[in-house]
Parts: sequence; C-alpha cells; structure tokens
Amino acid sequence: MGHSEEYKKLEGKIFTKSFFILLSVVLLGFYFVGVRYVKGIGAVSNMSDGYPWGIWITYDVATGTAIACGGYAVAILVYIRNRMQYHPMIRSAILTSMFGYGLAGFSVMVDLGRPWNAYNFFIPSKWQANSAMFEVALCVMAYSTVLILEFLPAILTSIEKSKWDRMNAIRNWLHPKIAPDKKTMEDKLEMVRLGAAWLNPRLNKVLIFFIVLGITLPTMHQSSLGSLLLIASTKLHPLWHTGFLPLLFLLNCVFIGYSIAILESIISSYSFKRPFEIEELSGLAGLIPFVTVIWLTVVIGDLAHRNQISAALKGDFYSGWFMTEFLLVACGSLILFVKKARKSARWLFISASMIVLGGALYRFNVYLIGFNPGQGWKYFPSFAEVMITVGIVALEILGYKVFVALFPVLPNMDLHGAHKKKGHAKKHKGSEADKTLPAGEAHAH
Amino acid sequence: MKKTSRRDFLKLAGATGAGLLACGAGNALANEGLQVNNDELGMLYDATKCVGCKACMSACKRVNSDYGSLSYEKAKFDEDGLWDAPSDLSGSTRTLIKLFKESEKRWSYVKYSCMHCQKPSCVSVCPVSAMTKEKVSGIVDYNKNTCIGCRYCQIACPYNIPKFQWEKAVPQIVKCDLCKATNLREKGITACAETCPAGAIKFGKRKDLLEEAHQRLKDAPDKYVAHVYGEHEGGGTNHLYLASMPFNKLGLPEIKPEAPAEFSEKIQHTIYKGFIAPVALYSTLCFIAVKNMKKHQGHDDDHQKGGK
Ligand code: SF4
Ligand code: SF4
Ligand code: SF4
Repeated sequence: MGHSEEYKKLEGKIFTKSFFILLSVVLLGFYFVGVRYVKGIGAVSNMSDGYPWGIWITYDVATGTAIACGGYAVAILVYIRNRMQYHPMIRSAILTSMFGYGLAGFSVMVDLGRPWNAYNFFIPSKWQANSAMFEVALCVMAYSTVLILEFLPAILTSIEKSKWDRMNAIRNWLHPKIAPDKKTMEDKLEMVRLGAAWLNPRLNKVLIFFIVLGITLPTMHQSSLGSLLLIASTKLHPLWHTGFLPLLFLLNCVFIGYSIAILESIISSYSFKRPFEIEELSGLAGLIPFVTVIWLTVVIGDLAHRNQISAALKGDFYSGWFMTEFLLVACGSLILFVKKARKSARWLFISASMIVLGGALYRFNVYLIGFNPGQGWKYFPSFAEVMITVGIVALEILGYKVFVALFPVLPNMDLHGAHKKKGHAKKHKGSEADKTLPAGEAHAH
Repeated sequence: MKKTSRRDFLKLAGATGAGLLACGAGNALANEGLQVNNDELGMLYDATKCVGCKACMSACKRVNSDYGSLSYEKAKFDEDGLWDAPSDLSGSTRTLIKLFKESEKRWSYVKYSCMHCQKPSCVSVCPVSAMTKEKVSGIVDYNKNTCIGCRYCQIACPYNIPKFQWEKAVPQIVKCDLCKATNLREKGITACAETCPAGAIKFGKRKDLLEEAHQRLKDAPDKYVAHVYGEHEGGGTNHLYLASMPFNKLGLPEIKPEAPAEFSEKIQHTIYKGFIAPVALYSTLCFIAVKNMKKHQGHDDDHQKGGK
C-alpha cells in the first residue's frame, strides 16, 4: 500500500469563510434553476429561436469540458508518453475533470427543454448515429463514469484508513432518540471498511484499462464538440467554419488541458500555502508549445486554403475576435519557449492563463460570437443565465475544496521534496519506486 | 529526460490520432451527389398570386392547434386580445405570411414554413430521432414524445424553421408537418393549400410541382425571377417558391446546392466508420500504456536508458 503515501489529504478546516461565500453563490444560482423549471427557459434566459444555444452550452459544456481536460492531458503524459514523474499531479487533475464534467452534465439538464425524455439515449432504436450530439452525449456519460472509477482508489483508500471520526461526531451531535445505536453503526461501518479494503487492490489491477478508456473517450467527444457546428455552414462565419473543426477542437482541448493543470497547481499551492511544484510544471509547460504550434499551423493553413486570410485581417468585428483568440494562444506559447520563464511561477501563470483564455475564446467564437443566424437576431446572456453558470462553477470549486480535505488527492510534498534532494537517478529504485508507480501496478499486499 | 525527444513527440501525435483522421475528411469532400426523390409530397407557393389574406395561417392554426399545441398570439399593440398577430414563426405558429416592401410601389408577399428538405439538416442532427423524414411521402415530422429539447435542430436548419416554446415549463419544438396527422390524413391535402382562395399554394408531388413551376416561368418570363427556389437549394426542398423579387430580399437565404448535412455527415462518418478508428485508438493506447507500466515495474535500468 506504499503507493497511497504519494498523496495526502489537505490539513485544515472545511467550513471557512470562503466556503460560505461560495455556498451563497451556489444557492442564488439554484434559485434561478428553480425559476427555470417552473416558468420555462424563456423566463430566465435571453436565448431565442435565432440563438437556441446560449452560454450554458457554450461555456458549461463546450468550454467547461475543455477546461476539465486536465485529467485527460495529464493521463496522456503519464501513461502514454511514460512520464511517470508527473504521476503525483494526476489525482487532482482527475478530480477537477470529474467536477468539470459534472458541471457540464448538470447544466445540460438545466438547458434541455424536455429532460424527462433523455432516457431515449439508452434506447437503441432511437439512436441517431449521424448526430454529432449523440456521439458527444454517449461519450461524455461514459467518460464521467470512467472519471469516477479513476478517482475511486482515493476514496477507497481513505475509507480503509478511516476511524470514522466525523461519522461518530455526527452521531453524537444527533439527538439520542434518532441517533443510530452505537454498536450497530460501528459494525456496519466496519463492513464498509472491509469492503473497501477488498475492492481497492482488485480495482487497481484493472484500473489501467479504464485510464486508457479515459484517454480514448475525450479524444472522441472533444473532436465531436467541433463536429457539432459543421452543419451550420450558412450560420457560422467562414473564419471558423471548416472541415477541420473536429481536429482543431481536439488539439485545443489538449493545450487547454495542460495549461489548466499548471494553473490549478499554482493556484492550489498558493491558496493552500504549499510550495510550488516548479519542476513538474516547467516540464509540462515545455510540452504546450508543441501542441499550440500544430493548432496555429492548421488554423493558418486552413484559412489560406479557403482564401480567408483577408477576412482574418479585415479589422471588422469578426476579425477582431479572431485576432484576439489567435494572439492570446500564440503569445502565451511564445513565452513558454523561454527557458527562464518556464522556471518562474509568475510567468508560468501568465502564459498558461493567456493560453486558456485564448483557447476558451476560440470555443466561444465558434459557438456564439461567430454564429450569425441572420438579420435581427441578437444574444447576450441575461443576469439569471450568468448566475446559473456562476452558481454551478462555485459548486464545482466548493466540491473540490471539500474533496481535497476528505480524500488524499494533493501530492505529498514531504515525499516529493525527498525525491528532489536525492536526485533523479534514485527516483525509481528500491522502495521509492513503489511510490512512483501508477496506481494500477501497485500489488495487492 | 527533460528534453522532449522526437519519439515522445510522435507518441503524443499518436494520442491525437483519431483527430488526425479528420484531416483526411477535410480533403475527402468530393461530392457524391444526393439522390433526389421527386415522388415526395410538397407545395408550390407562387408569391405573385398571393393576395396576403392570411387565410392559410388561420387554417393552419385551426386545424393543427390541438395536435401541434399551437395557440393564438397577441401582438404588443393588442391589449384587448382581438387579433391573432404573430410577428414571426414561433412556438405557436407554423406558417406565416410576410410582406416585403422594396419601395412604395414594389412589394411582395412571402409565406414561411418548413421547407421539407430532401436531405434535412434537422433530421441529420437530432440525437434521439425525434425529427424524422418519412420514406414515401418525404414529410419531415416531429415527435414530441421523444424530443429532449436540445434545440440542435434549430442550430442546424439553414432556414431557421424549427421554433421552441421558450415561455412554457413543458415546451416543445413547433414546425409544419404538412398536416400529416390532421388535414392530410382526413382530406388528402394540406390545410393551407386547401384554404388558399387565390390559388397561390399548390399541393402535390414534387415532380408535378416542378413541371408546373417551369411551365409558369416559360409562359410569363417577365413576371418572375427566373429561378425556382428550392429546386436545388441545400440539396433540394419539397416546398418550392416562385416570386417576382430576388429571393434573398424575401428573407429566403442563399444556400449552395450541396446539403449542409452531406458535408457534416461525411466528416462524421470518416471519423467513426464502423467504429474502426476509436477501437484502433483504444487498443493502441492500451498497448502503449501497459508496456510503459511493465517497463517501470521490471526493468528500471532499461527504463532509464529507454526513457532518455
Ligand atoms: S426547412 Fe429546416 S426544419 Fe424544415 S426540413 Fe429543412 S432543415 Fe428541417
Ligand atoms: S430539440 Fe428535439 S427535435 Fe430538435 S434536435 Fe433536439 S431532440 Fe431533436
Ligand atoms: S402544410 Fe399544414 S402544417 Fe404546414 S403550414 Fe400548411 S397548414 Fe400548416
């Protein structure tokens, strides 16, 4: 069980001031969700028959899942490119992905007009394989399941080790009349603990196949998110409507994923007052330009091929948005070519933010800004619409904070520091090797 | 180990393999051409004959209101509720007559409703087959009992036809279904065509309508723009138009002869044909990942050399 020491729970209280601020934002968002179900989507949103997709689809689904691709991007790095030294980052990346995709799923349920019919996705006779959305929906559902499975070892480990302090505290806090009997409760909890101990090593043995599934599924649905807009040939501006949409969306989510993994690590190190993981981060940062350069090349090559370069440089509304998106990604990557910048938390933060912003703006351009259904239609999100999205994001952050305190998610810095002092060569030797092994290979002791 | 080697880079490229297939798709868009079925049912609307009485609009609502959950619409000026005055197609209105004024002297009526495309975008994108095209009649129909309300059909339709009931807690999509379950079933003709007092709407098989349209163009070339709108637009539609003014002025978009759904489906199919690419991707990745882990487990020394 040596490998579980690679991760650590975050020490500290859960119910802090920021917890309650986030909670109130969540509650406000959910108030509007309630209004939406009683009075219809039109009552809370500015969407219209010209703009049937607003920020719920554009941000929560199309952009949010890309931002949630940290887990995907780090998994490629660790398991496919065989860079096991990044393994300590994977749990927090997967946790963010889990919440990101949960957010997408939840907001789809808010956005769908007739959600009670969603069961049709599971009825083969209703399947419509021509629809990119059908593909996205199935893949996203499957991927969410896989993410939960990938995260399960963290939960199981902490159940195994749990002394049930919190449970007992809750029991003691309850009125004696309704509180469960101490003995039966202890017995039941012991059974749960044994179950977890039984399941954990078995899950670990097959986990690698789920992890690879967790790389395949996003490859599919992230490109299909681009395919969704292929059909809108008369509505999407030619700067963005191209047969390469699926490829561009796929590359886009990979570089967003790496950048987000960097941002997330810097932000959580900063806010939880832990040392920055500069070594890992600068290694990650060195990869990003490879992906962005391909992306930028495809964008330019495709525009040239379709004779749209002049449209990009025209200086009008659309070219302005295009240039912003393009320059954010290009300049952000340019910074990362400088070795010194890659070693500085500040520059890493700046460049990763630029790349995430530019990459996200690309998705907004495709889904909203470059989308023009014809004369007379306008869309700008309403206050309630924005609050629902903000509320869901707040819920996501809240969940993340609770989870890192309850389960071993963040890298164990003591262990990490030790690695660095002893140097790289010793990293894979002896008992230490066990600790850097992927969860899937740890033997059942 | 810090430097990214070429081999590592290729591995990364391999991980994005399925996406690279899309490259091929981008180039492989040679048009195979769409099979047009001229035996399907449709309508020919002649704007020069239309007198703007809007009898078709009220007939459509009267006949389909229960079945299609349509209701009468108040306009902003109408405080007493004396008018049915929709300003556009909507969640309560399947068809609409509009008047386009080019100048005081030159104007034209135009009727809006679903075009009943030969290769409908709405059907192509609907994830749960709530939009369907009937094999024989060619009617593009909507089934609210399977629709999930994702509104992808609205994004996809180049004519902006499907409308959503934004103000309802239990909403649905609204669009013309050629009176399939109502007037067409009972009387064999659509309500709007049956009602039109000026003979501006002709109901029939597409081939007869096309023949008639070209005959009218030949008989009175001065009266019309020399084009049957819908004959080739977006792969062809079963609702055809004749008019005396350029069609884009009447709010009918210019659309290339290739159906948008052809373009998108071709790419989608190239990526997912027989599910070969995803399965291949999964197996390749499994192979790499398992090998990588074995390397880690057993041969530490090997790994250190190989990894550099
Ligand atoms: S006009 Fe629009 S709604 Fe009607 S069949 Fe064509 S794509 Fe579908
Ligand atoms: S809104 Fe309904 S009919 Fe339209 S695409 Fe979605 S499920 Fe199909
Ligand atoms: S065919 Fe029927 S449903 Fe369609 S516009 Fe005419 S009356 Fe309405």
